[in-house]
Amino acid sequence: MSTVVLLTLTGLGLAALYFLVASGLSLVFGLADVLNFAHGLFLSVGAYGTWWAAANLAGAGDSGGGFVLAVAFGVLAGAVAAAVVELVLIRPLYRRTIEQVLVTVGLSLAGVALLQAAWGADARTFPRPQWTREATPIAGAGVPNAGLLLIAAAVVVLGGLLALLRFTRIGLVIRAGVENREMVTALGIDVRRAFTVVFAVGGAAAALAGALGGVYFGAVSPGQGGSLLIYAFIVVVIGGMGSVVGSAYAAVAVGLVQQFVNYYGASGLGDVCVVALLAIVLLIRPRGLVGRLA
Amino acid sequence: MSAAGLLSVADLSVHIGGSRILDRVTFAVPGSGVTVLLGRNGVGKTTTLRAILGLLPSTGSVTFDGVPVAGEPTHRLVQRGLGYVPEDRCVFSGLTVAENLRLAERSDPPRYDDVFGLFPELAERSRQRAGTLSGGQQQMLSIGRVLLNDNRLLLVDEPTKGLAPRVVTEVTEALARVAERVPILLVEQNLAVVRRLGGDAVVLAAGRVAWTGAAAELLGDAALTRSTLGVGVGLA
Repeated sequence: MSTVVLLTLTGLGLAALYFLVASGLSLVFGLADVLNFAHGLFLSVGAYGTWWAAANLAGAGDSGGGFVLAVAFGVLAGAVAAAVVELVLIRPLYRRTIEQVLVTVGLSLAGVALLQAAWGADARTFPRPQWTREATPIAGAGVPNAGLLLIAAAVVVLGGLLALLRFTRIGLVIRAGVENREMVTALGIDVRRAFTVVFAVGGAAAALAGALGGVYFGAVSPGQGGSLLIYAFIVVVIGGMGSVVGSAYAAVAVGLVQQFVNYYGASGLGDVCVVALLAIVLLIRPRGLVGRLA
Repeated sequence: MSAAGLLSVADLSVHIGGSRILDRVTFAVPGSGVTVLLGRNGVGKTTTLRAILGLLPSTGSVTFDGVPVAGEPTHRLVQRGLGYVPEDRCVFSGLTVAENLRLAERSDPPRYDDVFGLFPELAERSRQRAGTLSGGQQQMLSIGRVLLNDNRLLLVDEPTKGLAPRVVTEVTEALARVAERVPILLVEQNLAVVRRLGGDAVVLAAGRVAWTGAAAELLGDAALTRSTLGVGVGLA
């Protein structure tokens, strides 16, 4: 029983990480039709931003309020990076899919190279509060607090995104834009502003994933964003492009399948099953679990 | 029809996929009443509206209220007071009726009294998802979205297409009332609707302007109607 509880909660922790990356990716694709291969870079910016701030930013540190400040710095850095990427690189290329893919793939590779040049290719020990290194006993299982922190953060982000989408003007524009961007423009709305907001929000969520992923794994490395991005893309496709709720469902499915199959099957088999899950969902529901927004 | 007007279109051409869809289309829309854009299927009526709004790349000039607006982004054109009711309604099916209307708000205050006065059903169904409305109700919502604002000209594309006869009458009468306070450039195939709304007519054929004049004159001449539109007036 305790093993099942442990696998479930660690699977949900992994799911939370995937969701934080996938939610922004999904909204960006749903609204702007941009397949952003540079999204993993925002995760890395958040992780390295937090890592750097904990050691160098006045008032920041690896525990208590100082750690919160370091994470806030990382999240802000990710949001700013995403907004700048949208304004400078993506905006001139809307409706030019091939060029977008080339630019975002190039940016993700250049970003990794830049991080390696600045801080080396090796993983760096991530600053983290002592309590995140410990475990909480739940139903006989010792569940890592870092995983619980990720779950809590993902729930808060999910709630925040749904509130943004349902109760704000910009959220209304995003929901309508995912359905029919041209018609939003034809109502006199500059939909490009919504693109920037979605990029920034998505970048912030990915950066939070980077910061809390650093806590979860205990280290940060230049290639971390890219490897998590693959699973995030799978989550987005399973959940349905443009759907935040769909991303949440899909992330939970992927995280749990990975954990349980890797434990009860063979190590690495979980990843194969995730790809099989993707294929099954695409065969049964080509638009994903929730083929609409939120 | 003179080249001057609230909206003037001159030498408007559109190429899509190597094909010329519009060929130097020139006409003007006066500052009152209904101007009807007529023609057989596929002659470029919808393309004309979309090109005017900047939803399609085009060449030529478009002047709105004396200001050249060709090349302006669509949202800016709409903010200048060009309201658009697209073919097939294009309501946001995942949003409620109230949300569809709220999204369209530009004027302060928005004219909800006008919209609900014309289409009381929209008030009764404000919490209903637009995707679950009937075709007629969706058309009312689509028209209602532009009536919320102080537009200077409405571009309305086939508002009666696919609607039941009773709803066609309802929508036509609503447009007649709207036209009393804001001019309309209307794409319409239903000649009974054209006869009711009257005004000027611009007939397109193969992407070019084939005839301009009063709609009543066109409909009053069976031979002309048959040669330009390919239908007998009796069908109206």
